Amino acid sequence: MNNWRGAGWLLPASSFLIILLLWELVSRFSGWSSQVFPGPLRVLESIGEMLQDGTLLQHAAASLYRVTVGFYIAALLGIPLGILIGRVALAYRMLNPLIQFLRPISPLAWIPLAMLWFGIGDKPAIFLIFLASFFPIVVSTAVAVSAINPIYFQVAANFRLSRREVAFRVVIPAILPDVVTALRISVSIAWLVVVAAEMIAVQSGLGYLILDSRNALRMDYVMVGMIVIGLIGVLLDYVMKGLGRLESTAWARKSST
Amino acid sequence: MAHIKIENLVKAYENRRKQRRKGDPVSVGEMIKVLDNINLEFADGEMVCILGPSGCGKSTMLKILAGFDTATSGRILVDGREVKEPTSDYIFVFQHSGLLPWMTVWQNVELGLRHMEDAAQKEAQIQEYIDMVELTNSEQHYPHQLSGGMQRRAELARALVVNPDMLIMDEPFTGLDFLTRMKMREEVVNMHEFIGKSILMVTHDIDDALVMADHIVVMGDNPTQVKMDRLLRFDRPRDVSTGELAEIRDEIYFMLGVSYVV
Repeated sequence: MNNWRGAGWLLPASSFLIILLLWELVSRFSGWSSQVFPGPLRVLESIGEMLQDGTLLQHAAASLYRVTVGFYIAALLGIPLGILIGRVALAYRMLNPLIQFLRPISPLAWIPLAMLWFGIGDKPAIFLIFLASFFPIVVSTAVAVSAINPIYFQVAANFRLSRREVAFRVVIPAILPDVVTALRISVSIAWLVVVAAEMIAVQSGLGYLILDSRNALRMDYVMVGMIVIGLIGVLLDYVMKGLGRLESTAWARKSST
Repeated sequence: MAHIKIENLVKAYENRRKQRRKGDPVSVGEMIKVLDNINLEFADGEMVCILGPSGCGKSTMLKILAGFDTATSGRILVDGREVKEPTSDYIFVFQHSGLLPWMTVWQNVELGLRHMEDAAQKEAQIQEYIDMVELTNSEQHYPHQLSGGMQRRAELARALVVNPDMLIMDEPFTGLDFLTRMKMREEVVNMHEFIGKSILMVTHDIDDALVMADHIVVMGDNPTQVKMDRLLRFDRPRDVSTGELAEIRDEIYFMLGVSYVV
């Protein structure tokens, strides 16, 4: 395997190359017009155009803004609620059924209500992204809290830690590695939903770009939108993965091996 | 000071299985007694070793003594006061590891001194105990970076730094290799003789008990009862292969159902 290490980027790059090649071949020989099925070169050109006039950055920034706000609100409310459900039996018995009931309802099913409640603009999209990431965060946090080894609470009691100290010195550090993983997963779910959310009620964002380009029969722009969504998705995951490398979560990776 | 008196201690759980299974001592919904009317008394400063088969309730007894668990009836008095909740006067040393894995050795040892105001004195005290258990230069290591024996020593430092009246140790040598185990035995005994604190230790190992204890208790199960409660007034180091200690050893083996020691 050592021989492969130097060429670590070669294998993934080759799969992209093959796809590009197939794409080019299909666009040339399938008989579809380049309007219906633009080739990679055409799309590359469009990327250049859209970069130059700034629309691409504008749409990407709009999408990222909505994801960020929706996701932050979800984490800000979801983590404390998850801790409460994981720590307090009463809260678990009261709230867990409700969450299990709401969780499988796709955020997309909320679109009509979201538009009715929040009108037009960023708000309904942010609301949908919030819904998409809120439940996974709550559930993962609650599971992580209830999985904390009871010994740690006994140690805390033995050294007379106050409730506050138990929260900040035991519960939060203990769940941090799992919460980081949960955040990473929810960010990708949120990113999935933003496209759908932007197909309603907004005039910007990558989802809007795709919808608008379809209406204008610009399939090259549709593809540009898709490519940028993919790229940003990879980037987001990379950033969240970096969170998992934090010093304060190192113990969990090492202890388990 | 830690004079311990265990009075008529009973701990019972309800059998919550859906169906009675083979080997269950009681029917569904009835109470299973883990500890049945235990009476013991330990003098201040004794090194007590409690032996017994798995599931005889010896760990449960320690947890009640530490205030982590409550008795169904009866009580434990330490210096005349009933144990009702955990206190940093009696520190529990856990089987495997009770170190908080997200804290370094230093942070773990600091746990019991966190309210100390004089920072310089606090630092000196933490360093003193880390040095005492020979973990100098490992202060900034996390528990997972230490060997099993070092983890146990770090936990001892964390326990001793708060100057407790008593250490409660639940099979503290579990999972250690033979040599480490021998060294830990020696260290706990030395520590006991040096600081003169009460130590209550549960162990599976009869030799651990015979080599270390001032006071040995053997518990049996089904129903749980005290089968032996005697003082061992022998000088250390001890040889358990001959004389009275060897006789006591055979007696304990016999009590625990082993009639012939290979």
